[in-house]
Amino acid sequence: MTHVHGLRCRECGREYEVAAIFTCEWCFGPLEVAYDYDAIRKAVSREKIAAGPLSIWRYSDLLPADRNPAVDLGAGFTPLVRADRLAAELGLGELWIKNDTLNPTNSFKDRVTSVALSKALEFGFEVAACASTGNLANSVAAHAAHAGLRSFVFIPANLEQGKIVTTAVYGGNVVAIDGNYDAVNRLCAELAGTYDWAFVNVNIRTFYAEGSKTLAYETAEQLGWQAPDHVVVPIASGSLLTKIRKGFDELYKVGLLDEEPQLRVSGAQAEGCSPVARAWLDNSDTIKPVKPDTIAKSLAIGNPADGYFALDAVRQSGGGLAAVTDEEIVEAIKLLARTEGIFAETAGGVTIATLQRLAKEGIVRPDERVVAYITGHGLKTLDAVEPTTGPTAVIAPTLDAFHEAFPPDRIQTPA
Amino acid sequence: MSVTVRIPTQLRELSGGASEISAEAGTVQSVLDSLQAAHPGFAERLFDEQGELRRFVNVFVDEEDIRFLEGVDTPVADRATVSIVPAVAGG
Repeated sequence: MTHVHGLRCRECGREYEVAAIFTCEWCFGPLEVAYDYDAIRKAVSREKIAAGPLSIWRYSDLLPADRNPAVDLGAGFTPLVRADRLAAELGLGELWIKNDTLNPTNSFKDRVTSVALSKALEFGFEVAACASTGNLANSVAAHAAHAGLRSFVFIPANLEQGKIVTTAVYGGNVVAIDGNYDAVNRLCAELAGTYDWAFVNVNIRTFYAEGSKTLAYETAEQLGWQAPDHVVVPIASGSLLTKIRKGFDELYKVGLLDEEPQLRVSGAQAEGCSPVARAWLDNSDTIKPVKPDTIAKSLAIGNPADGYFALDAVRQSGGGLAAVTDEEIVEAIKLLARTEGIFAETAGGVTIATLQRLAKEGIVRPDERVVAYITGHGLKTLDAVEPTTGPTAVIAPTLDAFHEAFPPDRIQTPA
Repeated sequence: MSVTVRIPTQLRELSGGASEISAEAGTVQSVLDSLQAAHPGFAERLFDEQGELRRFVNVFVDEEDIRFLEGVDTPVADRATVSIVPAVAGG
């Protein structure tokens, strides 16, 4: 059983019973799950978690859906990799990469989908649906197939071919919309009011978003139950960044961390879609929606639902934000691959390019323990690196040809 | 000279269940003010204590978000449609 006692409006605090609802009827603010933290404190321990499954469900006491039965393809418990080579390139000290490319469908979205569809089954829904920039499409299609649910996945028609194929292969309905993600999102809001479906990021979003907290739980557990000093997180809707911060706070609240986290939170956006970074850079309290134009399509949300909360989190914690160019994104993908052997999709390029920018600006400091969140796999966005990445040489299958391409005096000769 | 205002589910208790209401053309502000005049209760739901549109209320004139236009001063011409859309989700 869960430790949820209801839903609460993040904006005006009005409370609601647990249901498949996502906005406050009064002020239209987003709803959030409210937990009984005293009960969780009594229920959890580091030992109990260590004895749990190697997935997000080891933290089920802190999630809004039941572990038994969960819709579970094994999301979570991805590697936290010490990144000394990248740190040296960026002039940083202790740097870690949370490599969330290693999820069942190769992005962090498997965390939120697993929670959302577990909850959807509990509510009795028979159809899973979502509005997606690609990664969620993959994840919902796969988890729906695994759970025996029908699925309707809505995507912008101009999505990377790879993300369309890796969604359609699971056999559900894939609907490509002639419009950008914000248009897809609006249509899905209307459809969610028309059909009795579990739209994971519309009517189930309150529960779905909680899945992202597991990125904080795992990071802390993998650091020996300590919080880092600074995290760098990509921003699309702003939910991920907000929930990672919340996750660390909760661990302290329920006694799993000994010391209160002094976490600084920084956000990463692409210049071609940077409504939150723009507000921060302009020192404005208003987030103005934009029409996205960037290769980082998984972050291309021009009207971010949790933009205000992400901006607040960055401001309150003393972090920073950056808006990086498409060229910087591609270079950062290659930098991460070259220095650490981790191949990230464009969103990961945005994160690393932002880390680089903030390190240069002195916002991310060498005396901090830093964690950068890499949320999706590079194979999903091959188009981004393809034009500038290829074989070092193409030669005939002869020693002479090799020697011509790589003169022996210029490369180390084999022993 | 009339325009159509689309009312979201959450506000239909104020419109007597109607999903669409007619209003006089003008600006977004004048259209929303006329809703309040005809159906008291709309204003406190749409505007905060400072009289600003609540930040999770999205208003579209035809298919365009008014934040891309002139905000509440955006003109609403005859036969236009004003949609009030609760908090976007997604992401």
